[in-house]
Amino acid sequence: MAKIEIKNFNLYYADFHALKNININIEEKRVTAVVGPSGCGKSTLLKSINRINDIIEGIHTTGEINIAGSNTYDEGVDVNLLRRNVGIVFQRPNPFPISIYENVAFGLKVNRIASRKSVVDETVEKSLKDVLLWNDIKDKLRKSALSLTLEQQQRLCIARVIAVTPQIILLDEPCSSLDPIATRRIEELMIKLKDKYTIVIVTHNMQQAARVSHDTAFMLLGQLVEFDKTEKIFTNPSKKETDDYVTGRFG
Amino acid sequence: MIKFNPKLSQKLSYLLLCVAASLAIVPVLVIMFIIIKNGASAISWEFLTSMPKSGMRKGGILPAILGTLSIVSCAVAITLPIGVCAAIYLNEYAKNNLLTRIIKLAIVNLAGVPSVVYGLFGLGIFVTLLKLGVSIIAGALTLSIMELPVIITTSREALNSVPYSFREASLSLGVSRWQTIRHIVLPNALPGILTGAILSIARISGETAPILLTAAAFYVPHLPHSILDQVMALPYHLYIISTQIPNMPENVVYGTALVLLMIVLTMSCIAIVARIYFRKRRKW
Repeated sequence: MAKIEIKNFNLYYADFHALKNININIEEKRVTAVVGPSGCGKSTLLKSINRINDIIEGIHTTGEINIAGSNTYDEGVDVNLLRRNVGIVFQRPNPFPISIYENVAFGLKVNRIASRKSVVDETVEKSLKDVLLWNDIKDKLRKSALSLTLEQQQRLCIARVIAVTPQIILLDEPCSSLDPIATRRIEELMIKLKDKYTIVIVTHNMQQAARVSHDTAFMLLGQLVEFDKTEKIFTNPSKKETDDYVTGRFG
Repeated sequence: MIKFNPKLSQKLSYLLLCVAASLAIVPVLVIMFIIIKNGASAISWEFLTSMPKSGMRKGGILPAILGTLSIVSCAVAITLPIGVCAAIYLNEYAKNNLLTRIIKLAIVNLAGVPSVVYGLFGLGIFVTLLKLGVSIIAGALTLSIMELPVIITTSREALNSVPYSFREASLSLGVSRWQTIRHIVLPNALPGILTGAILSIARISGETAPILLTAAAFYVPHLPHSILDQVMALPYHLYIISTQIPNMPENVVYGTALVLLMIVLTMSCIAIVARIYFRKRRKW
């Protein structure tokens, strides 16, 4: 069964029709990449999945996004619960200006998922190990998260998401502020994480999509042009626009 | 047409601007100098801690100091929570609709009302209509209305300076809006809010017109007992002793001004130190 089913989904910023009738089925425990030129709506689509878009004024949507069979846009859906289940990592690492430990523990404590210190400690350690950050920072957990390098900060942000036990992780151009070596390491992390989580990544970087994803969606001007296995999109796409874009003729 | 040498005109305009900016320091220094020179001799432990004697020409100004402190602390206790809550609403919740625009317009207008009008308003509403009488509480309520727009504006700026990405990150972890405000936005905005609050304390400590008709008395022979008491207040006391009492020793007048000035300057210094301290600690 598809983990995320997007059905006839439309999104408007006031009068601007930003997403036009999107239909995609995103499979479980795979990495799905969303690519396309700037302004094509790929980030908007990603942010619609956990409804973090809701905080923007003047947005309205039609259609459905079903996660595990239930529509997240139904009335009475607890958005906070949804967002806990569908974590997101943003373009720029955005750790809170508090300690490394407190960053990871934040969601646990505030959402009252865990309050016993031993449980919180354990989860923090596990989450930091999952993002391969533990060994580097285990002796400075009480230091400010802003003292870390950008790559470490981005890993920390992923750990912060993992700590509240989501099933889906959305990544919005997670490497765009990192250097190529750091990018490579975050990509390796994504490949490792896909065993446990369903991952959707928006990226500008074609090679990245090719390297990390199983499926790729190509978007253009708010529309989904093509969605298929990554290999097919990059070697033998069925639409001409896709071919033009992945071969670098435009975009 | 006369052509100026560009280098010369550059120097001239630099000089002009520099002098204009430096002029701002002059009045401060002159005021400080005159007040300290004439008033320092009046300052003593007794002056600060005893009741006025012989028609206020001798003795101390303790009731006026306590009166000002009690009016100001009551005013802050009223205006700070309301102002901060209003700022949170406007900055974090309010949609850009008619109500919000009316509230914002009201705040701007409230800030522009002359202080004597607040005094008359306080007299009409708190003293007469609500029958609070001329009292600490009536004066404090009047001052708190006057200070509300300042508190709201400075608090809003402080809230606004907290990066949007912090809110986004917190909400995306499934943390509710209010919890995000409580755990992320407010702690990071607190330094700015406090600085604004301290500065407004400094400002209202010296206000005369609003308390003239609502709280201050010419002379009260005892220290304030309750918030329904009339009190003496430093700015009003200063006005009285410098205009209404014949044969007033000059150094007592200047000494009183010095005490008022010191209270205001101490507050401002605390605000400045707090701002420097928090700015250093801020890491984004």
